Amino acid sequence: MTSWLATVDPLFAHGVTWAVLIIVIVKVFIGFAALMGAVTVMIWFERKAISDMQSRIGPQRWGPFGLFQTLADGLKLFFKEDLLPAEADRFVFKLAPYLVVVPALITFSIVPIGGTVDIAGHPVMLQVANPPIGILLMLAMSGISVYGVILAGWSSGSKYPLMSAVRASAQMISYEAALGMTIVTVVLATGSLSTHDIVAAQSHGVWHWNLIRLGIVPFVVFLIAITAELNRPPFDVVEAETELVGGFHTEYSSFRFAQFFLAEFMNTITMSAIIVTLFLGGPAGWVPNIPHVRWVFPILWFLVKTIGFAFAYVWFRAALPRLRYDQLMNLGWKRLIPLSLGWMLIVAGFLIRPSWGFLMAALVILAWTVLTRAFALGQGREESADSILPPVGERPLPGRVLRAWTDREKD
Amino acid sequence: MIATAYAIPDVLVFLTSALLILVGAVGVLATRNPVHSALSLILALFGVAVAFIAQSADFLAAVQIIVYAGAIVVLFLFVIMFLGVDRRETVRVEPLVGQRVFAGVGVLITVAGLITLFARSHWVTGAIAVSSSGQPLATGSKNVTQLGTAVFTTYLFAFEATAALLIVAVVGAVLLARRERSVDAEGSQS
Repeated sequence: MTSWLATVDPLFAHGVTWAVLIIVIVKVFIGFAALMGAVTVMIWFERKAISDMQSRIGPQRWGPFGLFQTLADGLKLFFKEDLLPAEADRFVFKLAPYLVVVPALITFSIVPIGGTVDIAGHPVMLQVANPPIGILLMLAMSGISVYGVILAGWSSGSKYPLMSAVRASAQMISYEAALGMTIVTVVLATGSLSTHDIVAAQSHGVWHWNLIRLGIVPFVVFLIAITAELNRPPFDVVEAETELVGGFHTEYSSFRFAQFFLAEFMNTITMSAIIVTLFLGGPAGWVPNIPHVRWVFPILWFLVKTIGFAFAYVWFRAALPRLRYDQLMNLGWKRLIPLSLGWMLIVAGFLIRPSWGFLMAALVILAWTVLTRAFALGQGREESADSILPPVGERPLPGRVLRAWTDREKD
Repeated sequence: MIATAYAIPDVLVFLTSALLILVGAVGVLATRNPVHSALSLILALFGVAVAFIAQSADFLAAVQIIVYAGAIVVLFLFVIMFLGVDRRETVRVEPLVGQRVFAGVGVLITVAGLITLFARSHWVTGAIAVSSSGQPLATGSKNVTQLGTAVFTTYLFAFEATAALLIVAVVGAVLLARRERSVDAEGSQS
């Protein structure tokens, strides 16, 4: 048991003693507190950045620059009345918010935010946990958080949340495939699932970052897929205000609503951190040779990169219009999944030998041509059949449809 | 054969996972609402994942959650919600005649098979690792690495056959689900 644990984390090399246990508990608390603090700042940051981009002032009343606005909102939500719709499935309705919050918290535990430091003679990794399954934990947890959304929508016993739940289940599962495929590419190049090893493999300089080493494609696919997985704009058809009121959390109020809100922002931060871990070397970066504070710089690098992506998400929200539902599905199934699969095969080929890589590239290009032809054929069929609704402008009016039917009856 | 002393944490983990599996399994059968049944199924799957982790089969645990809990049960829920079957069902009516008799026979065959399996093989009796000789797999290298090597060398044929089977199933499902419009209906549209 001990030897197995030691291969995962050097902290457990000499067995699990009280000191080790205390270090682990402290790590968990710090991880939790850091994420909670980051969420508070993130909500403020998003509101402030969005209002700047839209030429508004944004929150400004509570604290300097409105920094305490989130705390004020949180307090307000705590004291609001907790409503339970009459049609709701009581147990599931209460369960759903936790199914969103808990995975969001657990996912953050695998993110390495720094190197390894020595605390009282124990080597401590600056990440809450380093399980051997590593990045698969993130996939598993994003699979669980789908339930939170689906069950919240279903248990509300209301029309719009249910539609949102159906959309959510389809969207999140579709994009999980592309997401998994890009993660496989990273894992192939690293040779390990553990996030610690993934970061260690990229620590030798910018040219070793997976962003450049794997070509830009997996990074771009991952960024798009993870945005869809988060249900953030421009992929937020799940909570499209103009179509579905508030989406799956329409019927939620008070603390339960706050939980959904919290989880969404926690996920945004965690996924920024996961992108940094997978593609930008995590805490890797230039470290000046100053004694005693060398361990601080990796953390700073990690923070800088993560904040960059957090800002990118805010920017997406401000700049990009929401996708239509069928566009969303087309992008996921017809573009991202074939692209990530093909790129994974090419990377796998190059890992064996360059000649294999070029062979794979040729095959992938061939497959891509066939697939494009198939899509074109399918598109032609769809347009002639009326099983799928054409865009609103080209849709025949009810009267015309009726006349077409009656005319056919006469013939 | 049976290890002499179990560590207390191991026992606790086993009891927890066993409890999760049993509560989940009973819940699948006992609850009337299909959505609650699906939730109980997830609970049972989680219990199995915990049991896998206790056996050092981390990869299987992760795949258990990702594939079964993360995708398959979501599809169940999707169907339940989409088709609107999320209300009480009467169990008096038999949709297929003689269904219960066949179900009983099926259960008997399965149980008999399981008993024969349990009686003839020794790896389910409490050995630590699931390997053919009852010996733990080689320590040192990670079990994900070992599993990958085994799947892509020794069991490559079975692996590829399964992949082909799944592809055939997917293509078949798409073909069956696709509604083809008849040619004359298209003609009158334009």
